Amino acid sequence: MRPADILTLTPAGLFCPPGDFHVDPVRPVARALITHGHSDHARAGHGAVLATAETLGIMGVRYGEAFAGSTQIATYGEPIALGPVRVTFVPAGHVLGSAQIIIEAGPTRIVVSGDYKRAPDPTCRAFEPVSCDVFITEATFGLPVFRHPAPGAEIAKLLQSVALFPEQAHLVGAYPLGKAQRLIALIRETGYERPIYVHGAMERLTDYYVAQSVQLGDIRLVRAEGRAALGGAIVICPPGALQDLWARRFPDPVAAFASGWMRVRARARQRGVELPLVVSDHADWDDLCTTIVETGAEEVWVTHGQEDALVHWCLLNGIKARPLHMLGYGDEDATEAPPAASGQAGGLDSTPAVQVATGRVPGPGRPREGEPSP
Amino acid sequence: MNRFAALLDRLAYEPRRNAKLRLMTEFFRVTADPERGYALAALTGALSFAGAKPGLIRRLITERTDRVLFALSYDYVGDLSETVALMWPQGRTGHNRPPAPTLAEVVEALSATLKPDLPPLLAGWLDALDETGRWALLKLITGALRIGVSARLAKAAVADLGGLAVNEVEEVWHGLEPPYVALFAWVEGRGPRPQASDPAPFRPPMLAHPLDEEDFAALAPSEFAAEWKWDGIRVQAVKARRTDGRAVARLYSRTGEEISAAFPDLVQALIDDEAFWGAIDGELLVLRDGRVQSFNVLQQRLNRKAVTPKLLVDFPAHIRAYDLLADGESDLRPLPFAERRQRLEEFVRRLASHRVDLSPLIPFVDWAALASARAEPASAGAVTDAEAVEGCMLKRLDSPYVPGRPKGLWFKWKRDPFAVDAVLMYAQRGHGKRSSFYSDYTFGVWRDGEGGDELVPVGKAYFGFTDEELKALDLFVRNHTVNRFGPVREIAHEPDRGLVLEVAFEGLQRSARHKSGLAMRFPRISRIRWDKPPRDADRIDLLETMLARIEAGRAARPRAAERE
Repeated sequence: MRPADILTLTPAGLFCPPGDFHVDPVRPVARALITHGHSDHARAGHGAVLATAETLGIMGVRYGEAFAGSTQIATYGEPIALGPVRVTFVPAGHVLGSAQIIIEAGPTRIVVSGDYKRAPDPTCRAFEPVSCDVFITEATFGLPVFRHPAPGAEIAKLLQSVALFPEQAHLVGAYPLGKAQRLIALIRETGYERPIYVHGAMERLTDYYVAQSVQLGDIRLVRAEGRAALGGAIVICPPGALQDLWARRFPDPVAAFASGWMRVRARARQRGVELPLVVSDHADWDDLCTTIVETGAEEVWVTHGQEDALVHWCLLNGIKARPLHMLGYGDEDATEAPPAASGQAGGLDSTPAVQVATGRVPGPGRPREGEPSP
Repeated sequence: MNRFAALLDRLAYEPRRNAKLRLMTEFFRVTADPERGYALAALTGALSFAGAKPGLIRRLITERTDRVLFALSYDYVGDLSETVALMWPQGRTGHNRPPAPTLAEVVEALSATLKPDLPPLLAGWLDALDETGRWALLKLITGALRIGVSARLAKAAVADLGGLAVNEVEEVWHGLEPPYVALFAWVEGRGPRPQASDPAPFRPPMLAHPLDEEDFAALAPSEFAAEWKWDGIRVQAVKARRTDGRAVARLYSRTGEEISAAFPDLVQALIDDEAFWGAIDGELLVLRDGRVQSFNVLQQRLNRKAVTPKLLVDFPAHIRAYDLLADGESDLRPLPFAERRQRLEEFVRRLASHRVDLSPLIPFVDWAALASARAEPASAGAVTDAEAVEGCMLKRLDSPYVPGRPKGLWFKWKRDPFAVDAVLMYAQRGHGKRSSFYSDYTFGVWRDGEGGDELVPVGKAYFGFTDEELKALDLFVRNHTVNRFGPVREIAHEPDRGLVLEVAFEGLQRSARHKSGLAMRFPRISRIRWDKPPRDADRIDLLETMLARIEAGRAARPRAAERE
């Protein structure tokens, strides 16, 4: 079978006709394989869902236990037969439970990498390169201007500012699933032992991480302490909350934001960020290129993000490549509604969805995964 | 260079004016001469490096990276210096890395280096600096800091160093040279006040606050004078005697930039006029046969690089005076407006030159009368100059001339713009603040085509929307792209699929360059009509009607909202 017979593009997303399943479909389908728990990849309402235990757990936290007709756990590295094809989930290093999916039909092997990163992350299993014929990659940071610095250096920037302005509350905007917990874990690695405060919208997902034995130290809810008392504290909140009325009740707050987009000044300024922290859960340009080479793929399909540059780079390096121009996936570009908006009470502190308040949400775009916006 | 780069970096992210001021004052306090002086020069735009053109920087980066990847990156980042700073191949690190240059070294080396030697010098510095340092260096040498700091704010930071008022620094500024060692010595109380060596200095202008209809309730008509707001450029014309007795005349823009060289006709007229001694504040306009020409005409003169004799004849520059800042040697700025106005009228009356005339006052008894004058300037005294009127100015009769934008003294009340509902057709990524978002929009209106109704592009707008709206527009563009032409995305624009934008603009003229034959002046997105299907957008006939009215000299301005 040719790769194009094994995996095709439908309006719902990538579809495997011989195995009769979709990968990360953007609309309800009969059978879905889910790479990770971010809401643009993991949506509620499918018939059957196959994903890692952690991804299923995260979907349960976000959508309630009845988010799909039935669920099946995929264990990292253990192949599962679906009709004539074999699928295997392999760590992607993106967030807790994130996976690449290997799809094998006869001698042909396709890897759908989902979202991934190569940078260290104490909260999830590290990315494992898999050799394959076709590698399907994201390209969120697919431009050579995106070189993420070592996360430790960025955390040091935050801690220096906390030391320099001990009376000011440091609000760190971070995506509620994955980024928030990773930041906390990275801060703990430096030996910072004081309580770290979290916004109510992150409570349940952070609890879930802790329940999965991710060490995050002394975590407290902002609303338990009261905002006025948090001078000098580190507070992790959804990016949208930075501009909210919520943020103004802190003592002289410093607006920090942890995202790969912070590499570009205009992006940080557009959001009114005073302390940009370049920390991303996506591969940067160098890692995208390195990974493609490591997989040894003869052909690369680029799902979403800055696909033009990555496709061009592949062609320069003698690798066949094509952009899929897939819609409906975030590129860390719009602010996702925190879980509170999907029916999970986030408590008094939860911010409303920061979607655009125009009468109609334009186009097929739903609240998307990811972080900044102007 | 590192400390200066860190300052620029902090300033770039700091939105609060007072915090910017504190950051700069602190920098000046802890940084030694001449480093801080060169930094001040950089912040006030007093440095220029003729050899370091953006072209050179482009060449350096394209020698080191793939052309296409650079083009895509530049398109995304929207800023040449930043793109190069981020993309520059990482140099050696640790002990082998050459030491980063100081700002003083950079400035001194650049002024002493010949053009052919510049590329290796610059490349060496870029290798030695980190991302922030590279960004600051490139911003500095291309002369485009764009960090939200005006020259005046930087001077205010210097003034704060010694507890002085910014205008005290402003008064001695012209005639000082980088690295301003004497200025810092004076501000810190270690030296004498520098002598303002320029007999015809710039005086910081007084600015007005915008006014809305609802603000009038709080204002008493009897306390104000009204003038036309002319659609030209604000200038200051100064003439004085040097110590050797010779006359010196200068023309300044509102930011204090000297623009005399661009207007030799005007400057000569001032020199020749034996009655002109002092400083006037006024509007630079092109007059033909005594009639003020539109801004479009003025622009044709402003856009020229070379000032040719033909240009001087075809576009004669004039000043319409509205304030007198100095009469001979005496400073009139502390006097109330009414008194200055009287002195101005006498001053203009004495002049021999017809190049300077008086901006008339608009007589009015109450705000309703002023509103109707503003709506119909032609019949309220502006007569044949009505086209060049863009609204009214209100000035308190008792207002002294206060530099900056003091509260409650002067107001500007602009005319309502034109507006049409147009359909979004193409989008492109923006630059600067809007970089990486699809923020440049080409829009069109309906016309009769061969195969039925079709959309014809009528203009391009890239502002007028809020950040929230930009986010929504960007998302719309990404999700409704039907075609890509390089950086340009074609957006779905069919009768039932697409987006309607209400576009406001200041004027309209015929243009052979545009497919529609029309060009808008100063178009911007005034509203996003999520609710309106493209089929209900306006037709070209409406623009034709507006243009016909403008050409007929009538001021009637239909607004989209009122038409339905």
